[in-house]
Amino acid sequence: MMRILVIAEHAHGKLNISTHKTVQCAAQIAGAEIDVAVLSDDASAVASQAAQLAHVKRVFKVEHPHFAHAVASTHAVAIVELAANYSHVFAPSSTFGKDLLPRVAALLGVGQISDVMAVEDSHRFVRPIYAGNALVTIDAAKDQKLVATIRVASFQPVATTGDATIESVTISATLPGYTRFSGHSAEHNERPDLQSAARVVAGGRALGSAENFNLIYQFADQLGAAVGASRAAVDAGYAANDLQVGQTGKIIAPDLYIAVGISGAIQHLTGIKDARTIVAINKDPEAPIFDVADIGLVGDLFTVLPELAKHL
Amino acid sequence: MSKILVCIKRVIDYNVRIRVKPDGSGIVTDGVKMSINPFDEIALEEAVRLKERGIASEVIVVSLGPTETQQQLRVGLAMGADRAILIQHDTAVEPVTVARAFLKVVEQEAPLLVITGKQAIDDDNAQTGQMLAALWNRPQACFASRLEINGNSALVTREVDDGMETLEVDLPAVVTTDLRLNEPRYVKLPEIMKAKKKQLDVLMLNDMGVPVSQQFTTLKVSPPPVRQKGVLVKDAKELIDQLKLKGVLQ
Ligand SMILES: Cc1cc2nc3c(=O)[nH]c(=O)nc-3n(C[C@H](O)[C@H](O)[C@H](O)COP(=O)(O)OP(=O)(O)OC[C@H]3O[C@@H](n4cnc5c(N)ncnc54)[C@H](O)[C@@H]3O)c2cc1C
Repeated sequence: MMRILVIAEHAHGKLNISTHKTVQCAAQIAGAEIDVAVLSDDASAVASQAAQLAHVKRVFKVEHPHFAHAVASTHAVAIVELAANYSHVFAPSSTFGKDLLPRVAALLGVGQISDVMAVEDSHRFVRPIYAGNALVTIDAAKDQKLVATIRVASFQPVATTGDATIESVTISATLPGYTRFSGHSAEHNERPDLQSAARVVAGGRALGSAENFNLIYQFADQLGAAVGASRAAVDAGYAANDLQVGQTGKIIAPDLYIAVGISGAIQHLTGIKDARTIVAINKDPEAPIFDVADIGLVGDLFTVLPELAKHL
Repeated sequence: MSKILVCIKRVIDYNVRIRVKPDGSGIVTDGVKMSINPFDEIALEEAVRLKERGIASEVIVVSLGPTETQQQLRVGLAMGADRAILIQHDTAVEPVTVARAFLKVVEQEAPLLVITGKQAIDDDNAQTGQMLAALWNRPQACFASRLEINGNSALVTREVDDGMETLEVDLPAVVTTDLRLNEPRYVKLPEIMKAKKKQLDVLMLNDMGVPVSQQFTTLKVSPPPVRQKGVLVKDAKELIDQLKLKGVLQ
């Protein structure tokens, strides 16, 4: 039987929706038994949220002061111990999972499948390569543990109708102290989260300044949308790094994506391929963003945005 | 004496529009421009800057790949690396194998720091740095946008999904680079000519005692589904009408 261990992503006592989606991926493996591990200095709140995820059988509370922050080299040692009786180990392909899971795989003496976007059977998966410009179908050897990160934009969250049992587990391995968390900073605001928002308005280099980028914020607020940015806009300092959408930023799948003054480089497009409706506003009719846009408007954003605001 | 080891990969240049072979066996590579993976170029730039600031004494650039990878290693030498090592192997191997091979070099060279890109833009795996750190039993700091060496430890700022995180890692350690760590210098032809005199050692992967088994088999490579071409609207009002028509806006 397939036994899948899902590593929960969480922060500030809240289970991240990426975990719900990773469980969805695991549930697509027929007959799999799914357990979730919550590593934390205080795992209770997150464990009870994880216990509500549909398809989950057991939730492990793995508590240690060293787990106060998700430090990969510390977490990995514990996960290797937890993984002993599992055929699969999954984590979301967020920066959390991308950092952690290859370390787990190497310690287990196996490889990893990154960014699973579709499940064909217990050992056959589809994943993107070349920034999503090609898809590969991969068969994994059945006699080895399968470690994989899950591309969250490809899966819907599971329902919270479950009732898993919660067990406490202690780790016997010595945790390395050579990596220490030293700080975290974020621009906190009341806006919807880019990764899970139904609507996203994103701005590119064309905005020209951080001040002009406020036009994107105002329009997003009017729509109740999250804000995204191209790499060029982030590099130029118009927007924070965690707003970058694309191959090296966030991969998102909103119902509506509005790209304003973004040319549509392949590295950017890879982040929005799964958006339901893409709108492009760009003054260059030849911009590649129009090749993928469902609705395109050729025009100057500085006149279009105020008009949109007026007509909404 | 503190060495920095930089791991680079030869990949299809990021400006090339890749094509999937019609028979689904892979990507067309014949006659396609090859370059250093952009993230690895950033890794190399960071190492060279650390040397220029007197923090490192030697920068060694290493790659695993076919014999043509010497071209990318030469570019690395032109950027300022002191010597290069090619672990030659003609077929693609999995990241864990690459990490095991790099570990052999790490054990030989005993670097203070290993820097590599956070992912290679061909396979987009984002695994090798973390795997090397695991096998070496040393800290990792991935997706770095700032690196500061303070004696026996380093402070690394990482780009994470919810902002920036800073880790303090004891050295030696592995750092993987994000785009905003630096802007790599442009190498000019004379520097490439000069770099021809620098040392480039070739090791054969098959002679290194590294298991080269494959856990994964590629069954097929296919192009992604294409999005239907959409409509063009003439103004803001029509744009909103279209969105309402599609049911995206009420
Ligand atoms: C390894 C690697 C990884 C990368 N990862 C990412 C990534 O994750 N995400 C990402 O976004 N990029 C990424 N990039 C960068 C990418 O290649 C592009 O450089 C970037 O996306 C360009 O951003 P942009 O569209 O804002 O800027 P530009 O390409 O400069 O486009 C600006 C657009 O604005 C239009 N414009 C100008 N003025 C106006 C106006 N007044 N009104 C309307 N339109 C106007 C122009 O016609 C143009 O199309 C990556 C690159 C590399 C090499």
